[in-house]
Amino acid sequence: MLKNILSPDFINAILRASTPILFATLASAIASKSGITNMALEGMLLFSALFGVIFSSLTHSFLGGLLITMVIGGLIGFALAFFILQLKTDEILAAIALNLIATGGTVLLLLAFSGDRGASTSISSVSAPTIAIPGIAQIPFLGKVLSGQNLMTWLSLIAVIVVHIFLYKTPMGLKIRAVGENKNAAESVGISSKKIQYIALVLSGVLCSMGGYFLSGGYMNMFTKDMSAGKGFIALAASSMGADTPIGGFLVTMLFGIAQALGNLMQLTTIPTELIQMVPYLTTLIGLAIYSYAMMKRKNKLGSHT
Amino acid sequence: MSNSVKRFEAFRMFFAIVIALLISFVIIFLVSKEPLTAIYTLITGPFKSRRNFANVIEAMIPLMFTGIGVCIMFSANQINLAGEGAFHLGGLVAAVVALQLGLPAGVSPVVAILFSGLVGAVFTAIPAVLKIKTNSSILVSSLMLNYIALWFATFILMHFICDPGIGSASYTIPDASTLPTLIAKTRIHPGLILALACAVLGYVFLFKSKIGYELRLTGQNEEFAKYSGINIVKVVLISQLLGGFIAGMGGGVELLSPIYTRFSWTSLLGYGWDAIIICTLSKNNPLYTPLAALFLAYLRTGASIMARYTDVTLEIVQITQGIIILLVVAEQFLSKYKHKMIAKEAMASLKEEEVH
Repeated sequence: MLKNILSPDFINAILRASTPILFATLASAIASKSGITNMALEGMLLFSALFGVIFSSLTHSFLGGLLITMVIGGLIGFALAFFILQLKTDEILAAIALNLIATGGTVLLLLAFSGDRGASTSISSVSAPTIAIPGIAQIPFLGKVLSGQNLMTWLSLIAVIVVHIFLYKTPMGLKIRAVGENKNAAESVGISSKKIQYIALVLSGVLCSMGGYFLSGGYMNMFTKDMSAGKGFIALAASSMGADTPIGGFLVTMLFGIAQALGNLMQLTTIPTELIQMVPYLTTLIGLAIYSYAMMKRKNKLGSHT
Repeated sequence: MSNSVKRFEAFRMFFAIVIALLISFVIIFLVSKEPLTAIYTLITGPFKSRRNFANVIEAMIPLMFTGIGVCIMFSANQINLAGEGAFHLGGLVAAVVALQLGLPAGVSPVVAILFSGLVGAVFTAIPAVLKIKTNSSILVSSLMLNYIALWFATFILMHFICDPGIGSASYTIPDASTLPTLIAKTRIHPGLILALACAVLGYVFLFKSKIGYELRLTGQNEEFAKYSGINIVKVVLISQLLGGFIAGMGGGVELLSPIYTRFSWTSLLGYGWDAIIICTLSKNNPLYTPLAALFLAYLRTGASIMARYTDVTLEIVQITQGIIILLVVAEQFLSKYKHKMIAKEAMASLKEEEVH
């Protein structure tokens, strides 16, 4: 079993399976940094998984489908922001409503668009291509990990770095963090917190929609009902466990991926599958508790000095 | 809250429901080839037969249980979504007790439902304890716990109580444990009475007891409650235990009801999420949950009849539900009218003072 875990194929599979969650985790990180918990990731993933299929088939191109899906993702983020910021809706309840609308809406849209019930079997969508970078396959170990990965997996890894730079090295990133840290202080130096939170939620929607696109166009090649299956919630947990930083979120997502892949390997043993299915959620729960506990202790320690 | 504000809130909710229904009708017009028949079936279907109307009442029962449970949990301003898992585990526990203990009729369902409640209580208390001990987010940990509950229940089902003849369902629940029907030719069961009792008791607890007052105060302003000498940890724990108890009991009642003959839940049923719209509509007051549950159950039953006879799918209801939550919770929705009304009333009372 150990040999299996250390094999490059194993890590290759982890990267692939973690891609949608990684995008959603980054989406959650940006929203949380601006001070809003985006629990609508689940619905956003589901909507964009469907739109990816529909628009890549309408435009007959992967890129066209992806771009339109990203635009719609941004619009969904905008709509969420409108309810939270303009109409003063509780952010959690607004997200629950959006998730409900996504669950029902995707089934209805799919039926209206193609007559399919439950799965987009009759839509010929275009999936994101896999990428072969010349030379990379020759690198020992790493070559095998990275070779044959989907373009979206590459993009998700690049997105980790881009979001990190965006949040920590650009003026806009600074504003987002300032608003999330202390809204009133940010307002007092002339930052419009509302505008910043709008921007953060739109970006969150765009990032999340890329993860949704990969779900139905890369990880699988069609849309199926409820295919987000809690991935948005896992992303929320991963982001919160990673202190809402892109790098932290990336590491936790990988940990989650390892837990899941280990579970798949354990299916070769006699441990019941149902318990194995539990492993990723249990890992996240325990990890979150340990992390939060450590943070609490650190805060108390800092507090006792002053 | 003054009377006029209360009246306005009721009007606002009514208006939100009407708008949500109108949007749903527009969607039906867009997707259906026979929209008028579909809408007609949706609205009148539940009244078409005795059985259909009984279906509405049957569907109300689990909605009330989780609705009341979540009302109590949310009143302490703890966004604990583990009601979903508590309901699921409640069903499992009731099935296990009914199948394994072999208690006599009359005693068996009572013991089974009590155990369901206890397990539900412990389950929803986990996120609260984690929050108190480790400061981890209740929202996130309760979301993860629901999936753990689902797989745990599936594990027990598959390895301990599975009927090999069926494959993914338990052995038949023995007659000694099932709940009887209250009204002939329907599946309405005593769970209805228990749910209504919970609604009244939940109201008394939240609005007429000292601890209920402390709980609501904590929910409205935790800092203020702390400085008033309220033991926040105790209040939060009690609210989560009690809420989970009622949600878990709901799962047990539902499984032992005439609707099910075996435990066969291999996916989460969603009553925990439905509970949120029940709470939204009843403004976190358990006394109003029967009305909210009746409305949702009516809509659901109508939609499932519509899905059976026309080309519109059941999922339309989820969209309606989502829009209702959005509009009811949106504080600014119709807020201009609220201000106008308050201003008008203030003017009127000023004039009255002048007269005196």
